[in-house]
Amino acid sequence: MAQSSTSDKIVKGVTAFGRTGKATVTGLIDGISFIGFACIILWQSLYLIALGRRHAQPVRLRHIAAEIHTAGIQAIPVVLLMASTIGIMLSIQGIYSLRVFGAETQVTFGLALSIPREFAPLITGILVAGRSGSQLTSRVGSMRLNGEIDALSVMGISPLRYVVAPSLVGLIVSLPILVAIANIAAFGAAGLYINIVLGIGPTAYWADVLSIVTLVDLMHSFGKAVIFSMLISLTGISIGMGVSGGAEVLGKATTSSVVTCISAIIAADAVFALVL
Amino acid sequence: MATDKPTPIIVSNLKGGYNGVPVIHGCNMTIEPGEIVVIMGGSGSGKSTFLRHLIGLKAPMEGDVELFGKSLYGVSEMERLSLLKNIGVAFQSGALLSSMTVAQNVALPMIEHTDLDEETISFITRMKLDFVGLLGKEDLLPSELSGGMLKRAAVARAIALDPRLTFMDEPSAGLDPVIAAALDELIIKLKTSLGMSVVVVTHELDSAFKIADRIVVLDRGYIIFTGTVDEIKNSDNQRIQNLINRIAEEEEFDPEAHLKRLYGEI
Repeated sequence: MAQSSTSDKIVKGVTAFGRTGKATVTGLIDGISFIGFACIILWQSLYLIALGRRHAQPVRLRHIAAEIHTAGIQAIPVVLLMASTIGIMLSIQGIYSLRVFGAETQVTFGLALSIPREFAPLITGILVAGRSGSQLTSRVGSMRLNGEIDALSVMGISPLRYVVAPSLVGLIVSLPILVAIANIAAFGAAGLYINIVLGIGPTAYWADVLSIVTLVDLMHSFGKAVIFSMLISLTGISIGMGVSGGAEVLGKATTSSVVTCISAIIAADAVFALVL
Repeated sequence: MATDKPTPIIVSNLKGGYNGVPVIHGCNMTIEPGEIVVIMGGSGSGKSTFLRHLIGLKAPMEGDVELFGKSLYGVSEMERLSLLKNIGVAFQSGALLSSMTVAQNVALPMIEHTDLDEETISFITRMKLDFVGLLGKEDLLPSELSGGMLKRAAVARAIALDPRLTFMDEPSAGLDPVIAAALDELIIKLKTSLGMSVVVVTHELDSAFKIADRIVVLDRGYIIFTGTVDEIKNSDNQRIQNLINRIAEEEEFDPEAHLKRLYGEI
């Protein structure tokens, strides 16, 4: 009896181990196939953008403009607000920590080194991931559930060029502009705060900022913006395309889209920080 | 029947299914110009899957579908899309783009596939909506339409480019008899006044008998019958008789297996 219970335990243990292993492997395969799917979408969209016209599947400018309107222009107020808040917070924090060394006036250095390289793209990226990543997933997902994606195909309209490619281009155009706006807003708000607290005038402040920020910093800022925009749109669209089932699945997909987009952005940001 | 027109659709030896499990087994079917063919079958007979294969949404496991003499699956994605411009499909749920008005939905194929100017497109759109009895509803969103209107709007979109072949999935399912009858009239009108071939997937017997030139019966993934309305009524196949006389199928009952199923052991 005792023997059989021991062997039962072993069997249970092995089964549990096997199950975990299987789940890990399935998870890995799912992850890899998801990345593969996203790559295919990217490749086909780029192909359609470049050569769609030749196949009578042109990616239309007005669809791209509509995407820029929703993903870019409508996001400007909230980007302004967030970026200025971050700018003020960074200056508060900078002045507080530099006071230890009696070097409050050097706060501009800290700002100029961290806002364009790190904060502006990251904050804008996370914001756009929350807005547009989820919006893309829910839109593509509900189109899929309603059969609209199928309907487009049978009308001879490639869903990739009608829905996907414009979103991709729209975000790739919008995000760098939003990051530029975020940079200006963060520096502007920080400058105001520094003017009030330390009495450094705007002329001196901006001269400092412009002398410290290099072209490389700006390239970092916009490079990140472009990569984040691709991560957000591809993740949002790929998760939306995979939706099948019902309304509950769509809700879950939207949540997972936001989480995946933000994780992907932070991971990419870390890679940037390590490599460059 | 004009002989110079290519045959709208030829299905040869089609085998298809999901995840490697065949649902459609070696089906052959041809549809001639100006003909209404009704595909019938009970639930789970493979009708919907068969239709998905016919309209280019699902590559078959074996065999091919030819639209107007050109292979639908033996070509690239782009060529398939351009081939699909020649057909119209009215989906069961309508599948209108929910962000666009009825008129924009109907105009969409024309905007995307023709060089017509805006005025002409909006005139043709109103003509098509008039044809399905929806004139005056141009500016409504799909969510503001009733079930019957949705289906008719879907028909209007399907015929926007005057295709020579139109597919309709369950056009009268879930509609009241009056509207269902009106849709039947509409389908006949498509054939008589526009010379279209129409493929209708349905399990509504009355409607099938009224509109069909030919009926194709699918059963468990096999085409078990092709013929006219009279021929199907006189068929001596038991399963066809069950289908058209609404007789419940008696399945062989295995008490032991049933018990196991109840216990969740199978």
